[in-house]
Amino acid sequence: MNCVLAEDNILHGTPLLRWVYELAGLFLPCWLSYFIAGFVIMFILVNAVLLGAAVFVWTERRLVGRLQNRVGPNRWGPFGMFQPIADLLKLIVKEDLIPQGADKIAFVAAPIIMVATAILMLAVVPFAKNTALADLNVGVLYVLAVTSLTSVAILMAGWSSNNRYALFGAARGVAVLISYEVPVVLCLLGVVIVAGSMSLADVVTAQAVPFILVQPLAMFVFVAGTSAELNRTPFDVAEAESELIAGYHIEYSGIKFGLIQAAEFGGVVTASAVIATLFLSGWAGPASNYIGWLWLLIKIGVVAFLFIWIRATFPRLRIDQIMAFAWKFLMPLSFINLMAVSLEVYFLRDSSGALTTTDLWIMTVINLVVFAVCIPLFGSLIRDKVRPAQLQPTARATPGATVQQAGGEVT
Amino acid sequence: MPIRTEPMTVNVGPQHPSTHGVFRLRITFDGEEILEVEPVFGYLHRGTEKLAEERNYVQVVTLTDRLDYVSSMINNQAYCLAVEQLLEVEPPDRGKYLRTIAAELQRIAAHLMGIGFFLQDLGTLGTPLMYCFRTREKILDLFEMLCGARITVSYLRPGGVFADAPEDFWPALDRFLTDLPGELSELEQLILENEIVMVRTRGVSTLPLDMAINSSVSGPVLRASGLAWDWRKAEPYDAYDRVEFDVPVAQNGDNYDRFWVRMQELHQSARIVRQCVEQIEPGPVRLDLPLVLRPEPGREAYGRVEASKGELAFYLFSDGGISPYRCKIRSPSLINLTVTEHLLVGWKLADMIVTLGSVDINMGEVDR
Repeated sequence: MNCVLAEDNILHGTPLLRWVYELAGLFLPCWLSYFIAGFVIMFILVNAVLLGAAVFVWTERRLVGRLQNRVGPNRWGPFGMFQPIADLLKLIVKEDLIPQGADKIAFVAAPIIMVATAILMLAVVPFAKNTALADLNVGVLYVLAVTSLTSVAILMAGWSSNNRYALFGAARGVAVLISYEVPVVLCLLGVVIVAGSMSLADVVTAQAVPFILVQPLAMFVFVAGTSAELNRTPFDVAEAESELIAGYHIEYSGIKFGLIQAAEFGGVVTASAVIATLFLSGWAGPASNYIGWLWLLIKIGVVAFLFIWIRATFPRLRIDQIMAFAWKFLMPLSFINLMAVSLEVYFLRDSSGALTTTDLWIMTVINLVVFAVCIPLFGSLIRDKVRPAQLQPTARATPGATVQQAGGEVT
Repeated sequence: MPIRTEPMTVNVGPQHPSTHGVFRLRITFDGEEILEVEPVFGYLHRGTEKLAEERNYVQVVTLTDRLDYVSSMINNQAYCLAVEQLLEVEPPDRGKYLRTIAAELQRIAAHLMGIGFFLQDLGTLGTPLMYCFRTREKILDLFEMLCGARITVSYLRPGGVFADAPEDFWPALDRFLTDLPGELSELEQLILENEIVMVRTRGVSTLPLDMAINSSVSGPVLRASGLAWDWRKAEPYDAYDRVEFDVPVAQNGDNYDRFWVRMQELHQSARIVRQCVEQIEPGPVRLDLPLVLRPEPGREAYGRVEASKGELAFYLFSDGGISPYRCKIRSPSLINLTVTEHLLVGWKLADMIVTLGSVDINMGEVDR
């Protein structure tokens, strides 16, 4: 039947889809083979994210265990590797409760939307040269649009649960997500300006010098913002185990809870993939024509390790402090980054608007200086904002310094 | 356009991961802010005071274990002091030293527990808690060597301790004391001056000194407000008059200071144990008292100690029988809870949990 994907189709840049489409098109009608090709892509995506989530859960539990002087899961499979599978099986066979008074439709839809966002985000990430499952020319915009869906899902979950803790968690979660969206978008603008394209594949190609060096400020803001959007310590107020027990997903059980967990941990994996693509030059590396996917996996691992490490170390901030951190610390930083990058690009670009590798290195030097100045400066500014000033300093050293002989003072 | 809002009442507890047992608070929130607090307790009431009237004087020791179940040794000590006052006896020196060692080890364990869960309430994923438990575990091992039990020890008896320490206890204790400073400094480096801990706890839920005194608050909570009041100094019992130690005091009375005072007391307790180990000499550990004690009728006694959470005291009244006619327990956790409302109102939900952690209550003791 000989189906050929039209040049102007948005998925034309995806070789895998084209290949499956044309192969299936030999035997089937075109509309059906188009459907099958899309299905194959979705199948790969779903499995990549869920498997990634499973691997991440195991890694996180083992690593956190190591950081806390304990062993972590080690019973089921080599090094406890099948633990996520065991967890999943348990969650599948558990009773799936819907609380009385819950809004059933929203309650059921919320975990599905959460998983969907985590999965969809990975679609535009190029695994190697020309291997993105959907190489959209608005990839960065797409990532932002998909991540902001999470706030809707959290609000649905919290509101429909008919539980006050869940409501607390939802309100907090939405507030945090909306606030952190702004600095994240602003620092992505800097990336887009330097790359000259919104397609993630082009962003990777543009990184002759990885953007972690060219725009360290943007990387910092993006990682902080992402960890807030992923509800991870120190920004995990929406779940806040010690305060809200589980926050917005307090009423979920069984497979719905499993989906929320998968979305959460899969979200970390996909977010790490996006960070690795945007700032750590994605699949680029030595011999990247052959092992580009390996480079990407290694970089995802590095970013994910960073997330795990932060989670195991820091306490949680309070909601107003998180807001202050977003608006008074990350916002100015992302503005400064945007301004610096725009000016540099304006002066350094050649007549066609392109930047050479030398230009990138010049930007690197300037931006590293900006980074080294801005972080301590704004850090001390915000510290004065959130710390009460009138307190007496608590003594630092112990012995002898603070002793009053007891007795005599009280009557 | 003004948005209509209304306060929301939430039951925090009795089943909540951060209320340290079965404590319940009915809280009215305006958004995140606390408007009203109504503490409800009694879910763990076991009638310890009444049970004590049905048992003989030695048997009551086992009941005291279950009051503040993370500092059983000190509970034993308070009760045994009260019984000794009733009988007008004093334990032999070695017994006194063993009691002091046990009590101070227990104080370290209890404070580590308090600090660990306080930091857990702050939202750490358990890393500081695991650091604390690593050390606490070793103390429990030492207790196991002393008396065979780890939590409900019943090691102290009226007139001394249950048995002398076995020979391998002393090298084990020595190893523990050698390792302790390193482990504590690891914990301190991780958390003591952590920026987020400072921001979350400094200046939060301050307790002014006059209010602390007027509400009979005691222990680290009182010392964090700025008064060096410690029964081990004010009215030394057992071997405390023979050892040197400092009473750490802070000034602000906020959550951070309460946490800080506990951290410092860990070092002081270790100092006391070290001195006891140097000074202890061979000898009997227990007076030869009859198994069933019968104090003179009409006598009363008030034995008090500086427990890990404050002043713990037993009031005993004897009618000449084999069991106390009345046993009244002054438990520090309950008295420290009287300032709850002052500490919580006006602060946020997240601060409430942390404040409860910093006051360090134990429901076994509150409900009795």
